[in-house]
Amino acid sequence: MTITPELVIFFLLAAVSIGAALGMLFSRNAIHSALFLVLNFAVVSVFFIMLAAPFIAMVQVTVYAGAIMVLFLFVIMLLGAEMLRRGGSPLRWQTGLALLLAVLFIGALGYVVFLRAGPLAAIAPVGVDYGGPVDIGTKLFQDYLLPFELTSFLLLVAMIGAVVLTRDSRGRGIGNRLSNPGATSATLKELGQVGAPASPPGQPRP
Amino acid sequence: MQPVPTLYYVALSALLFTLGVIGVLTRRNAIIIFMSVELMLNAANLAFVAFAREFAKLDGQIFVFFVMAVAAAEVAVGLALIVTIFRTKNSINVDDINQLKG
Amino acid sequence: MPDRLRRLRPLLPGLLFAALLLAVPAVSWAAPVLQEGEGGGGGTFFALIPLILVFPVVGLFLNLLFGKALGERWSGAIASAAAALAFVIAVLQLVSLRAVDYVAQVVPLADWLDIGTLHVPWAFQIDTLSVTMMLVVTGVGTLIHIYAIGYMHEDVRVNGDPSRFTRFFVYLNLFLAAMLILVTGNSYLTMFVGWEGVGLCSYLLIGFWYEKGAGGVGNARAGRKAFVVNRVGDWAMLLAMFLIFWMFGSLTFTDVFKTLAGIRLDATGQMTVTAITLLLLIGAAGKSAQIPLYIWLPDAMAGPTPVSALIHAATMVTAGVYMITRSNALYALAPFSMSVVAIVGAATAIFAATMAIAQFDIKKVLAYSTISQLGFMIAAVGLGGYVAGMFHLVTHAFFKALLFLSAGSVIHAIEHGHHHSAAAHAVGGGGHDDHDQAAPDAGGHAAAAHAEHSFDPQDMRNMGGLWKTLPITKWVYLIGALALAGIVPLSGFWSKDEILLDAWSHQNWLVFGLLIVAAFFTAFYVGRQLMLVFAGPPRTDAAKHSAESPALMTVPLIVLAVLAAFGGLLNLPSIGGWTPPGAHALTEWLDHTLGALPTGEHAVIGEGGAEAGAEGALNFVVAGLSTVVALVGLGAGAALYRGRPATSTAADPLARTGFVFTVLNRKWYVDELYDLIILRPYNWLAGFIANVIDWRFWHDWVHDTLIGGTYNNLSRFAADFLDRGVVDVAISEMPAALARGVAGGLRRFQTGYVRYYALMVFVGVVLVLGYLLFVAR
Repeated sequence: MTITPELVIFFLLAAVSIGAALGMLFSRNAIHSALFLVLNFAVVSVFFIMLAAPFIAMVQVTVYAGAIMVLFLFVIMLLGAEMLRRGGSPLRWQTGLALLLAVLFIGALGYVVFLRAGPLAAIAPVGVDYGGPVDIGTKLFQDYLLPFELTSFLLLVAMIGAVVLTRDSRGRGIGNRLSNPGATSATLKELGQVGAPASPPGQPRP
Repeated sequence: MQPVPTLYYVALSALLFTLGVIGVLTRRNAIIIFMSVELMLNAANLAFVAFAREFAKLDGQIFVFFVMAVAAAEVAVGLALIVTIFRTKNSINVDDINQLKG
Repeated sequence: MPDRLRRLRPLLPGLLFAALLLAVPAVSWAAPVLQEGEGGGGGTFFALIPLILVFPVVGLFLNLLFGKALGERWSGAIASAAAALAFVIAVLQLVSLRAVDYVAQVVPLADWLDIGTLHVPWAFQIDTLSVTMMLVVTGVGTLIHIYAIGYMHEDVRVNGDPSRFTRFFVYLNLFLAAMLILVTGNSYLTMFVGWEGVGLCSYLLIGFWYEKGAGGVGNARAGRKAFVVNRVGDWAMLLAMFLIFWMFGSLTFTDVFKTLAGIRLDATGQMTVTAITLLLLIGAAGKSAQIPLYIWLPDAMAGPTPVSALIHAATMVTAGVYMITRSNALYALAPFSMSVVAIVGAATAIFAATMAIAQFDIKKVLAYSTISQLGFMIAAVGLGGYVAGMFHLVTHAFFKALLFLSAGSVIHAIEHGHHHSAAAHAVGGGGHDDHDQAAPDAGGHAAAAHAEHSFDPQDMRNMGGLWKTLPITKWVYLIGALALAGIVPLSGFWSKDEILLDAWSHQNWLVFGLLIVAAFFTAFYVGRQLMLVFAGPPRTDAAKHSAESPALMTVPLIVLAVLAAFGGLLNLPSIGGWTPPGAHALTEWLDHTLGALPTGEHAVIGEGGAEAGAEGALNFVVAGLSTVVALVGLGAGAALYRGRPATSTAADPLARTGFVFTVLNRKWYVDELYDLIILRPYNWLAGFIANVIDWRFWHDWVHDTLIGGTYNNLSRFAADFLDRGVVDVAISEMPAALARGVAGGLRRFQTGYVRYYALMVFVGVVLVLGYLLFVAR
């Protein structure tokens, strides 16, 4: 294996990625975890660029690191869950067993990757525009049109779901709920009902 | 530039995936668990793109596109769920959600 | 219906009877199809022989099924008609035999047994010997049937069960059928069937009044005694038959006697033949009441008098004599057995005669007399004098039946008189004309009943003076008694004299002496009886008021009296040089059967054989001796009992001999002896086997404890351990436990913790990955 600059960069970035992942895992502070994850995503985005997928890299940064992680951060801050309370876990075996299995798992994967995989073909060079938006768009709207449309539908449903789930009995959103903590305790049942949930006495219906 | 062998990317992807699994199984904070899931998805994306590059087929990247879209949707709904649960339980410790035990 | 015709109604049965009697021979004479043209010329009626059984059987079934509805007259008439028709058939056989020159016929009926080498057909043996027996049985039987109609009419009323009338005639006809099977059988086995059958009927008829007798069971006990004692004899007969079959390969007379002709016996054969003959003797001793199996016959007097007459005087008891006579060829080969037979017969004769002189019951005297006379017959055949034995059998049937029936007439007269005298003494009671126990005045009946309970109409001490009151019975009784005593010229003299002559000519002085003394005793007790019953003043009111029996009873008596008087004509000897017409009739008649086989030293009568000359002529020495003995005995008895005992309670004149009289009266204590040495050990053994071995050991221990207990334990084991323990556990508990365990185990997977579920998923992933990588290559 010849040491090429790409390889060096890869290893460096790989180490950062793994470090960020580990940081995310072992962080006490949820915010820190989120930020570590953001770092990870950024690194992976660089990987994408190295793999001739610039569009995907941009989407990664935009959607993943930009939207999803921001959402995470919002929720963390909303719930005030930065600091997880320390407490005994009822599942004592969980951690140990998980680590053991993880070792097994990585061992199996390593075995596959390094020992079972046959010789790989040489990677052909690609053009400059490979992986650019034009290429992606063409592929997307020609071969994968149906999944594309379905995905949009999926996003719509998710949006509706998110709105519905966070409604309270009075149909208001989360904001009102949290600004009125002494108000009605919303059970899952109430939340699940769209329309006219049973209102406790004394509370006028909206 | 000589590209990095795909195998390394796949190995890295495996490693990230495993770390994500460890996170899911080990952490009790629901949000952290969620984030670990995102890490896992991300690792899978990396593998997709690596192989797409190797075989010079764009389909892998399209897959990643869709994965991201779905991941976004999933995060939205999932976080909404977490918030809802937090309302009743006042806790995001997943170990506190154990009413369906046998 | 016009009055005259209505009065004829009671006579209808008798008329029908007479009509049948005449019709059968008329029809069979007229119908050629019934005749067989065998033996040249003239009709023979051998084919009709099965009818001799059919008539009594039909009669018994008619009475069995319809007897109650038919009423007394009709059922009696049917039974008597059956007997009479059987007699007619017997006569026809006699006629037919004459037509075929007295050659023995075998008329087969059916194949009976066909097992391996044993072939026993059901066939009739028609020869002079069996025809003799047939005639005696059916002839005397018919007379007794007719007599019984009148007798039982009174008897069922005295004993209080008029509905039992028809049963009596069913039994009588059954007996007749069985006896005829016995005498017409062609083989020992067929004869044995009849043998057993008459034993059964004897039992049934002795215990006819089964609820009466001493202690309410006396009659039943007597019947059982007869049956059991007969059984001993039957057992011996069976053994004899087994030996016969073993030795000759067949049981039919023709086969056996054919094999015997010209046979040479080795030591084993001789022993076998001796054994056979001795066993047959034991069988005869059982049936013909010889020592040691005679004990049942006196007890058998518990039955009604016609039964005593028919079965225990004339027919059944003679079966033994008949059997020995029939087996004469066998006996001829075993001289030892013959001497045993003769000794047994003579000993019985004298032994029974001694007991007869000390009895008070009129029927008991006749019973012992019968045993004694049977002893005479057995002694005769033991000496080889088969003709003498058969002759005496015939004459004895006549006069003994006569005596029994007359005794029945006497008994009824006494009962009659007793009933009337007791009623006459009753308070305010009038005479009862009918014997049905309808009681208008309880007081009179109470007195009468009380008197009846302790009054024995058969006790001779309650009789006396009946000569004046019983005109017909007295004469017939006298004739019978004198015939029994052997007074010339009555029939008994001729037959007894022949027996004595046989003993004399064989120079068997022991037998001769015993028989002479027995003859003396015979005459003695005859005289005693005549005196006690008829002579002197009546000792009781019952005797005083006794009345003669109706014609239905007295007419057969008269017929029998004629036969008893003139029966000697059957076999008159030549007197001096003069041969009376018809002399030796029976001898020649029987000779055709008995003389058919050449035999050994103790020859039966052969043509010109050793005995022919001796028996042909009357031996004046013997005859004179027997006459003197008889007269002396008669006179002694008459003299001793003239006027004594004076009253019914006075002692018997012979009681002066003290313990001798007691011993004789108590029958030499033989019954007590048998009870001691046989019955008690047997009963003990039976009780032991029944209670200890059967109940305690077999039933309680083996069955209950061993088998039952084992079974119960086994079933308990099976139920508790196997079923509840193993099966239930295996089938119901274990699957349940398994399910519970599995469920319990699986439940642990439902922790409710999401992380745990995720872990499980991951475990699955790892496993599948491992499988795919390393196992499924």
